[in-house]
Amino acid sequence: MPDLAIERWGKSSDSPPDALVVLTVEGTHGLIIHAVTRAAAGRGARAGARLTDARALEPALIAVPADPAGDAALVERLAKWAGRWSPLVEIDGDGLRLDVSGVAHLFGGEGGLIEDVRRCFAQLTLTAHVAIAPTAAAAWALAHHAPCICDEDVATRLTPLHVSALRLDADTVRTLERLGLKTIGALLTVPRLALARRFRGAEDVVDALDRALGRKPEPLTAAPVEPPPRSALRLEEPATHPEAAPQALGRLIPGLVQQLQERHLGARRLSLQGFRVDGSVATATVATAIASREPKHLQRLLSDKAAALNPEFGFDTFALTADWTEDLSAAQESLVDEPSGERELARLVDRLTVKLGRSAVRRPHAEESHLPERASGWVSAVSSSLSSNVRDEFRRPQRLLDRPEAIDVVYATPEGVPRRFMWRRAVHDIARVEGPERIAPEWWRQPSSARLRDYYRVEDATGRRYWIYREGVIGDGRGGAPNWFLHGLFG
Amino acid sequence: MAADLSLVAGGGSRAAKKNQLPSGLGGRWHLPVPPSPTLSELFATHPRDGGWAGFLLAQLATDKPLLWVQDRMAILESGRVHPPGLPSQNLIHVETRDARDALWAMEEGVRCAALSAVIGEIWGDPKILNFTATRRLAVASERSHVPCWLVRLGGSANLSGARMRWRIESAPSLIHELDPRAPGLPAWDAELFRSRGSPPGQWALVHEAGAFHLVAGPRDRALGEKQRLTA
Repeated sequence: MPDLAIERWGKSSDSPPDALVVLTVEGTHGLIIHAVTRAAAGRGARAGARLTDARALEPALIAVPADPAGDAALVERLAKWAGRWSPLVEIDGDGLRLDVSGVAHLFGGEGGLIEDVRRCFAQLTLTAHVAIAPTAAAAWALAHHAPCICDEDVATRLTPLHVSALRLDADTVRTLERLGLKTIGALLTVPRLALARRFRGAEDVVDALDRALGRKPEPLTAAPVEPPPRSALRLEEPATHPEAAPQALGRLIPGLVQQLQERHLGARRLSLQGFRVDGSVATATVATAIASREPKHLQRLLSDKAAALNPEFGFDTFALTADWTEDLSAAQESLVDEPSGERELARLVDRLTVKLGRSAVRRPHAEESHLPERASGWVSAVSSSLSSNVRDEFRRPQRLLDRPEAIDVVYATPEGVPRRFMWRRAVHDIARVEGPERIAPEWWRQPSSARLRDYYRVEDATGRRYWIYREGVIGDGRGGAPNWFLHGLFG
Repeated sequence: MAADLSLVAGGGSRAAKKNQLPSGLGGRWHLPVPPSPTLSELFATHPRDGGWAGFLLAQLATDKPLLWVQDRMAILESGRVHPPGLPSQNLIHVETRDARDALWAMEEGVRCAALSAVIGEIWGDPKILNFTATRRLAVASERSHVPCWLVRLGGSANLSGARMRWRIESAPSLIHELDPRAPGLPAWDAELFRSRGSPPGQWALVHEAGAFHLVAGPRDRALGEKQRLTA
């Protein structure tokens, strides 16, 4: 995608198409041109030149800061979207590399595939140079210099190309040019041994040649060892009605469940992707508390989220992927008619989590700490299994306020027991009191100004029992008079 | 000791109003429980009073996990569940935005037989919490044999399908056996104002060694009725 940056800029701004605009990035010696509009290119501006030089040729140039991060994000999104053609997509600079071995026949041969890619990119008003070649390096060279389909004879196709098509660094290219080796064809006539002797290390020309001609394998790094279970559904016509996704889900789940069964896996996380016609992807993801491959349960989890997918201009492809799986042997399924507690519970957690969110459904998780708000941590119930590590503790309240609330207390200074306190504008006379229980600040993680806490269990005249604490003591050098807080309620 | 106990049974004005003699600990008495697990409703007389939690937790089985649902307002007003203070850490806590989600979560939980109980705390008198909603919970709970507790904080006792309805208030605790100035065994004033299968009543209770005990004799029913009318 050679003109991605400028085309993205053109889509987001409302300037006329013949504007003399250049996108610039900061260079060592001032602004460097990153991309140019067609009109600006006609006036001598080109990418890589300094802005001042280009301004000398055409003073009317408008300089706009480029947004490389935004461009990269767009490439990333397009890479996901390109999953419609091939499961293996790798981002390569400003381009995409797809492994299309065994894929092309789905689109009516390689010609059909290229036609489909061109058409889809044209709909996005993005320029894409597409090439198919037996090796990744050759495909890169052809896409950048002479887009075409290259079947067998890579060498003949590459022969007329300039040596820079081998992705060598600029110094090596300059050296080769000075030696008169301007094309790959010229390079091929030189004996390998001589080339290898002259160019070593980072500027390994022989290596680049080998990769381009397929003498040396260059695997796609994006390739996962084993692709996750996935089933896909291509629609004849883009579907814009909101029921499309749940309907597609009903058709996708049996296929996915069959794959899971064959591989003895259970899904822990499922994502339903809807590929829209405008090149974006809508995703709905659900996680389960224990591995499952029961169609009814999966359907129930996903159906609400699927219905919420926004079709915008229409979906033309759906894919359901189990991107996190765990081993699930067939033996466990025999418990279905007599539901075991663990499975029942896991399903309950799934349903609650799907509707209310991960942070709303939680289990206690004890921390090694004496600070009460830290000691009683919580973790999402989906990710944690049952853990009952009850510690032998002092008496703790049944309820804890999320934030301790400041109270006004009458007490005998400096460290006497509280007599009366006012909480939420109501006065409580303290009838019984037990304490203090002193909890020192955790100096290894709190700031040095943190003060100790003296906790008291108090009971007011009507019998309500509270847990209050005084923060600090007078003269501890960490602030003025101590403050009192109400932290918990006893049952 | 006798003087201390009279304070326990309802010190100050309350003792005078109820005019009850303390009968002391150890009276053989059983808390009215429904014949089979069902929906019980529990009103805290004041949202700043956490006493109901002790009364409720003392009745729960701890062999299976507990589902505890709180709506956001209940958490803000009277605190979040604190696992170290509970008899069992085996619980799933659900925080919901409003009463609608809380009721939904409770109903999902009540249908799951793998739970020991479902507790739902709902703040105030939301419109959605009507007779139909409570009746649904009661029926689901009876079908799956999972006891369900609907805790109402700052709410009023409107129409409900709950089989038992309690009103719980903290009472001055018993004397601590080692330190007379410290709070001792927690005590509650419990009022059962609607019940199917057992007569309503009012009791002052403590929980010790796995059972509830009276700290004051059973109250006059007529007095209880009148108090309910004026409440």
